Amino acid sequence: MTELLKIQGLKTQFFTSAGTVKAVDGVTYDVEEGETVAVVGESGCGKSVTALSIMRLVAEPAGRVVDGNIMFQGTDLLQLPEEEMRKVRGNNIAMVFQEPMTSLNPVLSIGLQLTETVQQHLGVDDATARARAVELLGLVGMSDAERRLDQYPHHLSGGMRQRVMIAMALSCEPKLIIADEPTTALDVTIQAQILELMKNLTRDLGVAMIIITHNLGVVARYADRVNVMYAGKIIESGTAEDIYHNPKHPYTLALLKSVPRLDQPRGAKLDPVDGQPPDLARLDEGCSFRPRCRYADAKCGMSFPPTEHVDGIHYSACFKKDELDSPMKEAS
Amino acid sequence: MAGEGGYVDEQAIKDCQHDLGMDRPKFVQFVDFITGFMVFDLGESMWTGKAITHELGLRFQLSLQIAIMATLVAVVIAIPLGTISAIRQDTWLDYAVRTFSIAGIAIPSFWLGIMIILGLLISTQAWFGEPWMPPIEYVSPLEDPVANLVQLIWPAVATGYRYSAVATRMTRSALLEVLREDYVRTAKAKGLIERIIINRHALKNSMLPVVTVIGIEFAFLMGGLVVTEQVFNLNGVGKLFVESVQNHDYTMTQALVMLVALVFVVTNFVVDLFYAMLDPRIRYS
Ligand SMILES: Nc1ncnc2c1ncn2[C@@H]1O[C@H](COP(=O)(O)OP(=O)(O)OP(=O)(O)O)[C@@H](O)[C@H]1O
Ligand code: SF4
Ligand SMILES: [Mg+2]
Repeated sequence: MTELLKIQGLKTQFFTSAGTVKAVDGVTYDVEEGETVAVVGESGCGKSVTALSIMRLVAEPAGRVVDGNIMFQGTDLLQLPEEEMRKVRGNNIAMVFQEPMTSLNPVLSIGLQLTETVQQHLGVDDATARARAVELLGLVGMSDAERRLDQYPHHLSGGMRQRVMIAMALSCEPKLIIADEPTTALDVTIQAQILELMKNLTRDLGVAMIIITHNLGVVARYADRVNVMYAGKIIESGTAEDIYHNPKHPYTLALLKSVPRLDQPRGAKLDPVDGQPPDLARLDEGCSFRPRCRYADAKCGMSFPPTEHVDGIHYSACFKKDELDSPMKEAS
Repeated sequence: MAGEGGYVDEQAIKDCQHDLGMDRPKFVQFVDFITGFMVFDLGESMWTGKAITHELGLRFQLSLQIAIMATLVAVVIAIPLGTISAIRQDTWLDYAVRTFSIAGIAIPSFWLGIMIILGLLISTQAWFGEPWMPPIEYVSPLEDPVANLVQLIWPAVATGYRYSAVATRMTRSALLEVLREDYVRTAKAKGLIERIIINRHALKNSMLPVVTVIGIEFAFLMGGLVVTEQVFNLNGVGKLFVESVQNHDYTMTQALVMLVALVFVVTNFVVDLFYAMLDPRIRYS
């Protein structure tokens, strides 16, 4: 497989009155063509900011990418002039957002919102764009596509809106789709449908996908590769198998303990690990998981643990990675 | 009706009340007034003795025309300026626009009117050697549209400036808010060009509060232009209002109050129609 996206040492910071928030602090990972890569982590750990950095849509002027490369098909997106970057968005890299309720424009018809991307990037005429929109709605499993085009977002349920968002993302046949928690706002049953749909579509169309989630259960079924993120850093990465059956970081272990169950109330935020995530504006030089880690010792406060190879594509950033309990024992 | 300390014959009062229909039950009087109002029969002025609709006709037309022109001036200034100010937030352009609009709110329209007239006199004197002032005689736009425009553009600008200032600030803040919405981020993520993002995705959504302000200001202009009308020597509704109160012209004052209320109702209705046009969620199916 060929490499599609290569993020190296990405650092994105927000310069606020409360100090510099290191939202993304040296993130490195790859995505190969047609592959599904998951980014997992608690709320506020920098998953969305990483995604927005790839799209170069971090809220300016407070937020800025301060360091790193984002190589997409051999070009560094961070070096592109804005106009060139605009042509990448929606065309080569598309995004599906977390909130289907607010991510569609309430005053524009579904048809217009679906056709405008194709018209912008491919310059096709109205009839072609409309035919494409009908085809896309069929692809994402929406019946009665012709009629849907004249409807407005408020006519659709959350699940339907997310299908429209997916259709929009697919419209220019992108190489990569970034799905930022695409199902968090939906009912559990709908969640499964949408994930299944995304998995099938990306597989059939050969589109690579970065799926952002705080649900490790999602990862197991849909991702080829998993990156576990904590406080702006990738602290463990590997295949779904590695992460599930052979975790080498205390944070991953704690996450695994709390894989969500179907009987949990809808939309409940997971707060699986004891204690609070650290304030990203005041991190010290030690391991950021230290205050919540039951394996921590003096060494962990001296410096941040380097990312070390475990086996295959499995990496972990923990001084004690070889001294952890097995996940089975941890779960009991 | 009674002179100061003068004696008025009981019978004379009774006759007078009978002529005015005031000896009838209050309810009957009310129904009579309302049914008359429905068909624009507002009775006669107690001061001039002429039909109120006759007195009102031209003045209403004049006030309506100034209000419409001022609205056009305001919209033409406010929407582009507010938009530029929002998308170039915190640049010198934004500061310039904000200064311009703060000034518009601070400067009273009548003073600006005086300055406009003085400015016209002085500059025409300087350039052509002959002072020029807009004509004082009112000409209907149907008779001579050019003369009408030459006369009324100045009061329209004088009032439109303040009006535009309010609308500019509203446009700016509404647009800034909309630009933070998730769907604008979606539009950016689609790789749309900035013009489409602003015009299609942001402006339409930000117009609701702007239309509301424009509606309120418009209704206010229809009855509230008292001083500016004096400055430009215009015989509008505002001036009539003041005169009829001074003259104890009760029937006229009453008719004017009802008229202003009607203008507010109609304006609100038009604003609601705009809402429905702008936002499909408000449309009736
Ligand atoms: N515009 C901003 N200004 C300041 N700080 C910000 C801004 N946007 C994000 N942050 C900070 O960056 C950090 C990472 O935020 P991010 O949205 O990436 O979290 P996340 O992992 O996506 O969480 P969630 O699961 O809740 O979506 C947070 O601590 C947040 O406070
Ligand atoms: S480096 Fe130390 S503190 Fe950090 S996760 Fe490993 S054991 Fe815990
Ligand atoms: Mg997020």
